[in-house]
Amino acid sequence: MSTVQSIPGGAAPAATPGGGGGGGASYVEVAASPEFRELRARFRRFVFPMTVLFLAWYFTYVLLAAYAPGFMGIGIVGDINVGLVLGLGQFLSTFVITWLYVRWADREFDTSAAELRARIEGPAPAEAGGESR
Amino acid sequence: MTTAPVLAADTVGEPAVNITIFAIFVAATLVIVLRVARTNRTATDYYAGGRAFSGRQNGIAISGDYLSAASFLGIAGAIALQGYDGFLYSIGFLVAWLVALLLVAELLRNTGRYTMADVLSFRLRQGPVRTAAAVSTLAVSFFYLLAQMTGAGGLVNLLLGVSGSAAQNITIAIVGVLMIVYVLVGGMKGTTWVQIIKAVLLVTGAALMTIWVLGKNGMNLSTLLGEGAAASPRGEAVLEPGVRYGTSNLTKIDFISLSIALVLGTAGLPHVLMRFYTVPSALQARRSVAWAIGIIGLFYLFTLVLGFGAMYLVGAEEITSAPGGQNSAAPLLAYELGGTLLLGIIAAVAFATILAVVAGLTITASASFAHDVYNSVIKKGTATPEREVRVARITAVVIGAIAIVGGIFAKNQNVAFLVALAFAVAASANLPTILYSLFWKGFTTRGALWSIYGGLISAVVLIVFSPVVSGKVNANGTSASMIKDTSVDFSWFPLENPGIVSIPLAFFLGWLGSVTSRKPTGAEAEEFEAKFAEMEVRSLTGAGAEKALVH
Repeated sequence: MSTVQSIPGGAAPAATPGGGGGGGASYVEVAASPEFRELRARFRRFVFPMTVLFLAWYFTYVLLAAYAPGFMGIGIVGDINVGLVLGLGQFLSTFVITWLYVRWADREFDTSAAELRARIEGPAPAEAGGESR
Repeated sequence: MTTAPVLAADTVGEPAVNITIFAIFVAATLVIVLRVARTNRTATDYYAGGRAFSGRQNGIAISGDYLSAASFLGIAGAIALQGYDGFLYSIGFLVAWLVALLLVAELLRNTGRYTMADVLSFRLRQGPVRTAAAVSTLAVSFFYLLAQMTGAGGLVNLLLGVSGSAAQNITIAIVGVLMIVYVLVGGMKGTTWVQIIKAVLLVTGAALMTIWVLGKNGMNLSTLLGEGAAASPRGEAVLEPGVRYGTSNLTKIDFISLSIALVLGTAGLPHVLMRFYTVPSALQARRSVAWAIGIIGLFYLFTLVLGFGAMYLVGAEEITSAPGGQNSAAPLLAYELGGTLLLGIIAAVAFATILAVVAGLTITASASFAHDVYNSVIKKGTATPEREVRVARITAVVIGAIAIVGGIFAKNQNVAFLVALAFAVAASANLPTILYSLFWKGFTTRGALWSIYGGLISAVVLIVFSPVVSGKVNANGTSASMIKDTSVDFSWFPLENPGIVSIPLAFFLGWLGSVTSRKPTGAEAEEFEAKFAEMEVRSLTGAGAEKALVH
């Protein structure tokens, strides 16, 4: 944990399938634990739908720009039209999704991830012996 | 413009001012690079800046790496000439960062050390996968590098008041030599600081001009758009999509193809991925991307204002007739607003932009060769870190030399398509393999190789046989292709952007190669499982991730 380059080996982080580090638990054990499965499920439940959402919204916009220029040209106020509002909407949605993800990851993801990391790396002595089964 | 101190043919402003401001930038960055060079001791210092940058610093540096001359000069110019269709570009460039934020940045930071190949080869066969990843990294970096170098040659006519082939060659050589110095002396730390300084200058300059243009219009965007449309030869059409991409069914499909490559390419650009290793943790990688999205988004909003400002304050005719054409819109607008001094600042920022981007590309390409090819494949992981860094430095010099020679040869060619090609290759050859190896247990070495080489080769071959290389003729009979001889035409692929074919193909090949692989059995299957477990746990929890260096 305290060493700077904790993974030996030059080319790739060398795999030690048996054990991880100072925390006692191995990667395989942690991967099989219900807590890790829960963490992975929560991560995927957030990022996969969000990815589908923003890609669908982006490609809807792209298709509208290509095939519905008339719709994009409908004026809203002054020289501001639907196309500009939807384009600026892409900026807004990107900022909002970024903010939502950072807030979710900071509040809900990091603590659980740190707890599982400690099972492998330590340093909390209470965690060292307590392997998850 | 009538009072402009016009010097050489079509030059605006005072070249001496432009050169002086640029020289100040170079001197300041060299001092910083020399200072940080004293703490460059290990391979982690050279490749990853000791992983000691904060998320905010790295976010600013990512913006500096990403906002190339194509973004600044190219998009502002495209908006000035084509209106809304230029704006469409910037949206793809921005939304793409969500792929990096949600799916790639943190997992990559937790799993790898220095390069993209660290992650791709984590649980696959090292030799072939690292070689493939390095080939793709070098290809993307080279295309991008060549586009930037020729851009530097093109700018010199407009900004430095010199013309002719010799002056362009000298400029390209100076940019190349400076880039080599930054990378050799400063490593990743020096390069990062160059990018931070450049990003601050670029965004500040663009913000200043944006407020200036909006101020002329009573801070009203609608008034600005109206002024632009009234002055443009295309009239109200510049307010809607379609001026550039709406002319035929083919251009519409081409636009969709480009959009796919833009949104999926960013998270596969090796020089962007490498930046995630310069921070101490996944948390800071997350902060980096959030900062980058904020800065890049803001910057593209500025370019919208700058583009429409140039549309009416400079005018389409003056932009197209200026040396540099479309790329001259932003510098000409600066001159119109703030005269010689502001033009000098913006011109210097434009050169700083090119310099910072090429330095970032060079360090990435040199790291990939030294770490993935030299150490892992040739030396089977036995090279010492000192030896590996020495090879990386030599590689940087070689790449710099190739870039100078390539830039000089390509300077009269129409190579603007190279940036789009770099994104298409990144989206085809890199992103599918990154996503598969992070999220799909059944992904195999064969799947990775088929996907990387299939994506790379299909994107490049389709470009070679597309109208951007041969056979595209303008309405006035001149060539719009890279090959200027209009009698040469070997194009058969109708689109200018290969992404719509090469990206789905690469995803498909990755899947096909994997499901047709021999299933591992016995001890081999056990090791396969263990490797996947390790990668999954590491990528999500950060266990075993590389730590920051403490000096």
